[in-house]
Parts: sequence; C-alpha cells; structure tokens
Amino acid sequence: MAQQFDSATLGMWVFLLTEIMFFGGMFGAYTVYRGLYPEAFASTSQYMNPLFGAMNTAVLIVSSLTMALGVRAARLGEQKALQLFLIFTMIFGLAFLVIKAFEYHEHWVDMKVPLFGGHWDYSEAPQFARQAQILFCFYFFMTGFHALHMVVGVGIMTTIFFMARRGMFSKDYFTPVEVSGLYWHFVDIVWIFLFPLLYLIGNARKLV
Amino acid sequence: MHSVPSVRTYVTIWAILTFMTFATYYIAQIDLGQWNIVIALLIAFFKMSLVIFFFMNLKAESPLTKLFAAGGFFWMILLLGQFFVDYISRDWMPGGKMW
Repeated sequence: MAQQFDSATLGMWVFLLTEIMFFGGMFGAYTVYRGLYPEAFASTSQYMNPLFGAMNTAVLIVSSLTMALGVRAARLGEQKALQLFLIFTMIFGLAFLVIKAFEYHEHWVDMKVPLFGGHWDYSEAPQFARQAQILFCFYFFMTGFHALHMVVGVGIMTTIFFMARRGMFSKDYFTPVEVSGLYWHFVDIVWIFLFPLLYLIGNARKLV
Repeated sequence: MHSVPSVRTYVTIWAILTFMTFATYYIAQIDLGQWNIVIALLIAFFKMSLVIFFFMNLKAESPLTKLFAAGGFFWMILLLGQFFVDYISRDWMPGGKMW
C-alpha cells in the first residue's frame, strides 16, 4: 500500500511538472513582450484591478488551507471532517471564479477584450493600441487557462466528495484525496505568480 | 506511512500566506523602480515554497518525489533562462533595453 501511495504521488508530481512547463511557456512569452513594450504595458495596468486580484489570492489561499485540512482529515480517517472541508474548498474555488467573472465583465464594459472578433477600444492611448492588445491577449489566455484549471479542480473535488460519501476512503486508503489536493495546491501556486505579474507590476507608476 | 502535521501548522502557514498577499499588494503601490518586480517575485517565490513544503507536504514525500519536484524547477529554469538570455543578448530590440 505504501508503495502504491508513493507511486500515485510521484505520478501526480510528474503531471504537475508538465503543467509547470505549460504555464512556464506562457510566463516566458509574457515576460518577453512586457520587456519589448514597457510603456504599452504600463498603460494597460490601469484596467487591472489589483484589489480584485488580491481578494482572489486570499480566497485561493483559504481554499488551499481547507484542502490541506481535508487531506489531513482523510489521513486521520475522519470522514465527516473530510467531506466538510471538501465542500468548503469547492465553495472558495467557486467564489474565485465568481470574482474572476466580475473582472472579465469589467474588461468587457471597458472594451478591453481583443478576442472573439474584438471588443476593443483603446482610443485613450492610441499609440499603444496594438501592443496593448498583445498584453490583453496574454492576460486572457493566462487567467483563462488558470480559470479552466479551477473549473476542472472543482469537478475533481465534486468527484472526491461523492467518493468520500460512498465511504470509499479510510485511514488506510486516501490516495485520490491526496493527489487531488496536490493538483489544487498547484493551481493555487500558478495564481500566486499570476497575481503580481498581471496586477501589481506598474501599479505604482500608472501612465496612460 | 506519513506523519500528520497539526492543524496549528496549517493555520499558521495560511496566516503567513495571507499576510504576504496583502504585504505584496501594499508594497506594489510604492514606486521602487526596478525593485517593484524583484520584491513582488521574491514574495511569490516565498509563498510558493510555503505551499509546496507545507500544504503539499513535500518534505514528507519519498526522495524520488523530491527529486522529480526539484527536476521540474531545474527544467523550468533552463527553459526561461535560455529564453531570456536570447532576448537580453539582442541589441536590436525595439524597446531598447529589455529590463
């Protein structure tokens, strides 16, 4: 059993490594364009709301705490506590997505969505209009893929919750809870980096 | 199989993570020039380490898992390192200085 547990954990880490490379490519490309067009980048920062970003970071960190406590409960064989913590994790995960949706709506109202045929207007600083499109594309792809991972994560938690309700876990067998927890924490880590890179940089020097 | 960390440990880590989140939020409002991004990323790395070592409980995992986790970061550094070395060493970039 111990060996099975270790193999499953290792397998999850290997999967997370592929995820690191997936997000890493986007982080790298984003950094290069930010270096190429620093003024255009600074001009976009006024449309990012760092308070929303900070709130979402806090919400995700709480969800990571409830997830970690859920895994702890699973290890101790406390089934009721595990189910309760899974529900909390899902609630905070959904809260994150709701806040994100409000943000996307704000970008839509601001005409800052250069996707789907272009809901785009940058007449405030027309000299940066084209470069700012690149940066908003990065913003939507990075946060969009992250949000997709959150949706998948909530789906996994739902599955684990029903598995727990059917009494599939015990003190001796909780591997699915453990590896789902690893995934959830990984998605949290991605956001820990997205938050400063997308919301905080250039926040002190807002230029249009 | 594994030692189980106490609730107290988890809550302490959560409190530090939340504190660092708001610290980085407020520090970002002060104009520190180039240092803004350095400090923001240092805080992010610190938060990531806390999540990996405590929430993901990497310190209790097998040596092989630890090796794989370290390997992931090694490849990531290779990827981003080579990426940036390429761009930094081009003196014809439109933005002039990359950083």
